[in-house]
Amino acid sequence: MDLWRITIFTVLTAAAATALMAGPGVLLAWVLARRRFRGRLLLETVVSLPLVMPPVATGLILLLLFSPRGPIGSALASVGIDVVFTWRAVVLAMTVMGLPLFVRSVRAGFEQVDRRYEAVASTLGAPPFRVFLTITLPLAFPAILAGAVLGFARALGEFGATIMIAGSIPGATRTLSVAIYTFTDTGRDREAALLLGISAAIAFGALWMSNYMSARAGLRT
Amino acid sequence: MIHLEFRLEQGGFVLDVDERLTGRITALFGPSGAGKTTVLDAIAGLRKPSAGQILIGSRVVHSHVLRISLPPHMRHVGYVTQDVALFPHMDVRRNIEYGRRRGQKLELATVAEMLEIGDLVDRGVSMLSGGERQRVALARALMSAPELLLLDEPLAAVDVELRRRILPYLERVRDSLGVPILYVTHDRDELQRLADQVIVLDRGAVVRSGAPGDALGS
Repeated sequence: MDLWRITIFTVLTAAAATALMAGPGVLLAWVLARRRFRGRLLLETVVSLPLVMPPVATGLILLLLFSPRGPIGSALASVGIDVVFTWRAVVLAMTVMGLPLFVRSVRAGFEQVDRRYEAVASTLGAPPFRVFLTITLPLAFPAILAGAVLGFARALGEFGATIMIAGSIPGATRTLSVAIYTFTDTGRDREAALLLGISAAIAFGALWMSNYMSARAGLRT
Repeated sequence: MIHLEFRLEQGGFVLDVDERLTGRITALFGPSGAGKTTVLDAIAGLRKPSAGQILIGSRVVHSHVLRISLPPHMRHVGYVTQDVALFPHMDVRRNIEYGRRRGQKLELATVAEMLEIGDLVDRGVSMLSGGERQRVALARALMSAPELLLLDEPLAAVDVELRRRILPYLERVRDSLGVPILYVTHDRDELQRLADQVIVLDRGAVVRSGAPGDALGS
């Protein structure tokens, strides 16, 4: 029963993280793909940083920022929101670690959208935001979908940052990856093997769905 | 009346235009590389002149002195680009109605009938032939109720047979809607049949302009 609880918790937190990535991720991807400004390279580097930094180090940074004495954590604590070692920390770690992959995929998608369509739409009277919603976004949709699956898969597998900021509290913050490590470490090999099977099945399902949906999106256009 | 008086520089290329469009259809004529498309882009607001002004009717859409440069969506200029650029993720109907303005009198059915594309409206754009794409793009531009229609070599990509079939549609648009048209071409026959004013452009400069007979006389 415990295993199902861990599985459902992991899928739900990963889904929440993916949802949280979407807004800022699409915005960042668009800015990086379409705007030229000072500091663009810096922004690009900062966004990609979690991809190359050791996840444990990213986790430590998050811990310092969000602990009750940290700059963000203390502000949140004053309005009664605890982050560290709660499910919120799990979602936070997953979001930060998945965002770079999401942004990369969506950015490539935006870069592939032919600017002529946007130009024609604007001559037809569509203001920039409408052009974005009705032309750019739908044409980049397969890439957004692919990015969401990548981000979700990265969130599912998140370990290093999660263990730093959320720990491995049974029934509170224990995710699939963290549980596999904890179970193996404490000699509960059978449970670890079962969780391994579940992780593989979820990853397979997510990728299959993404391929199916992008194939359908490809047929539509 | 349309008044174009601007200079646009990009790379080593300089485009200089000072012309008034008085005809129903003005042809912009010249070899490739003369800057014809650049003129249309500047009028549509897709490229910014470095000096001068562009007036459409009584509206200043670009003025270097007044520091006005309306964005494309506020210019009310219909633009059929050379590659047509129908939106691939929309069917024909949604393409045509994309730019429809509120309070627009022109009905989809009227335009569709005029251009004989009524039975295409529920198709996907990838199912259209070259000539059909041209007419759908024209319909889409017309539905945005433009005060000026820019056509960039609308017949360049189609064969002679198709060309003969599409020309009458352009004449219909000219005669029944009364929208002034600036028409880029490098085909003398097309120009003589459609245009009542010609601007001959070469290497970024206007070399001649006037009635088709006079401008192309030499």
